Amino acid sequence: MPPPVHVKSQTVRRRTGVDIFLLIMKVAMSGFVILGFLMFIGQQIDPNNFIASRINPDATGLTAAQFEGLIISGLSQGAMYGLIALGYSMVYGVLGFINFAHGEVFMVGAMTGMITSNKFDDAGLWESNFLLSLAIVLLIAIICSTLTAVTMERVAYRRLRGSPRLIPLITSIGVSFFLQNVSIALLGPRAKTYPALPDWLSKKRELLGFISIDGPRLLVLIVATVAMLALWFLIEKTRTGKAMRAVAEDKEIASLMGINVNRTIVTTFAVGGAMAGVAGILWGLLFRSVTAVTGFLPGIKAFSAAVVGGIGNMGGAMAGGVTLGGAESVAPLVLLEPWGINGVSQLKDAVAFLVLIFVLLVKPTGLFGERLSSEDRA
Amino acid sequence: MNTTNDTTNGTASGTTALLEMRGVNTHYGAVHILKDVEFAIYPGELVCLLGGNASGKSTTLKTLLGMVTPTTGDVFLNGEVVTKESISYRVERGVTMVPENRRLFKRLSVKDNLKLGAFLRKNRSEIDADLERIFTMFPRVKERLSQKAGTLSGGEQQMVAMGRALMSDPKVLLMDEPSMGLAPALVQTNFELIQQIHSEGVAIFVVEQNANMALSIADRGWVLQTGRVVLDDTADALLANPDLRASYLGEG
Repeated sequence: MPPPVHVKSQTVRRRTGVDIFLLIMKVAMSGFVILGFLMFIGQQIDPNNFIASRINPDATGLTAAQFEGLIISGLSQGAMYGLIALGYSMVYGVLGFINFAHGEVFMVGAMTGMITSNKFDDAGLWESNFLLSLAIVLLIAIICSTLTAVTMERVAYRRLRGSPRLIPLITSIGVSFFLQNVSIALLGPRAKTYPALPDWLSKKRELLGFISIDGPRLLVLIVATVAMLALWFLIEKTRTGKAMRAVAEDKEIASLMGINVNRTIVTTFAVGGAMAGVAGILWGLLFRSVTAVTGFLPGIKAFSAAVVGGIGNMGGAMAGGVTLGGAESVAPLVLLEPWGINGVSQLKDAVAFLVLIFVLLVKPTGLFGERLSSEDRA
Repeated sequence: MNTTNDTTNGTASGTTALLEMRGVNTHYGAVHILKDVEFAIYPGELVCLLGGNASGKSTTLKTLLGMVTPTTGDVFLNGEVVTKESISYRVERGVTMVPENRRLFKRLSVKDNLKLGAFLRKNRSEIDADLERIFTMFPRVKERLSQKAGTLSGGEQQMVAMGRALMSDPKVLLMDEPSMGLAPALVQTNFELIQQIHSEGVAIFVVEQNANMALSIADRGWVLQTGRVVLDDTADALLANPDLRASYLGEG
């Protein structure tokens, strides 16, 4: 075992230019966030206070209903990011590389959902028997995305198991482009639409008397919660889950316990794919439009969510997703608008990645990440 | 001590060997690692395999467990040829290894670590009974059950590592370098644990560089040098052997 030399060298390490730069970044970003928030509070108290009238003369403040809307849309968006992030995190946990084609698994789920739900709509079942059709659509989408993920592992990644981690990573980018182009070849480049949700579902609902929520967003939250609980049960309570956790930590020792490592890796891809499939359907139901590149941005954001939560950590992936989705939805109006920045709602994507940068600056292992020693990651 | 000097060449005596290697040659690519290695471990024995760095000790273990397939020769488990069988096949039939440096699943709880040891077993009540047996053997482990394994002290981790191996209900326990990288006091505890487990009737195969320590508890031993078994004798005879003293005990 190596003596703890690195610990010592860390304590006596001199402060370099990079450290100072990072410190300035931290202070500047925290300051920007804190000042923005204080000015937001100021605006809420009096939209025409003397700071707001200089920096942001158009300030109006947010109503409680608007604020509630932001939080709910952030939560539902975040739940979908979280579902996708789980796939990144699990595969990273088990194989130690980022599967950039995971966004395309999500796209396959969304596309399959689009095709099947339109079939149901043509048959009139979508309107008359919505929940049953949704269940079938979900099932088919889960099967397709799971198969995509498992095939990907078998065809593209398994042969690269022993190679440096950069190689499967680059391969995954190739797989990602391949799947996008397959989708274009099969379904054409134009955006496809999901059928409209039945009226009884899409209307606003009151929850607990004081929260009003759009039907589709409520549906997203319910389905996402169920999917996550199912996953939690699988990972924590079943034999398969135990094998997955053991393989994630030490493949060689896991195999000594009699665990079939290859099968466990396939299971990991399958479960991640299923979660991405569920997210794909939810995305389609909520935004109703899918294209071959639908997987790209949510994929990258979900990856960021996985990193924000601490990659390799299931709970972290969820928390990261909700953090990112929430920040994306709330931060533009709460933290940016008081600075007098125009068109803040266009800055959603920038906010998402700023959250990533900020978290990496402050806590490089992510919110729930544990420090991985080189010994763990050998 | 005087059990079996005459039985090392296969099944000459009446009992079947628990674990046996016959004429095993193992190659890594073109490199010839194990050369005609032969030995047998009988039920209830405590035996050791000694050797320096690069002598082929770990390859021997890997071959026994099925992580490496020998080029020629066979591995027997309870008289059955298992040369081509998977690790899990062998684990199910009674071989388990306690790896070098313990290698616990550090982020999992102690309980999960122990239960993973019983991964291939189906009978719940038997598993629970074995869990209880481990608690009586190592009461400290029971107190730490819900703690993450990585947070335990070195000695406690060693107990969990052995407990985890015992959870597979092994007939023979392979110990890979139990003294490696441990403080002297811990090495002592470790070897006491080994004797304790041995007294419960489990055969133990210790693979060690620390010849003195291993021979002090073993019945007999083999010495491996550049992939070949060069000495094969009782522990007392090996301890007295001038060649061994010269090459492994740093004397002469």
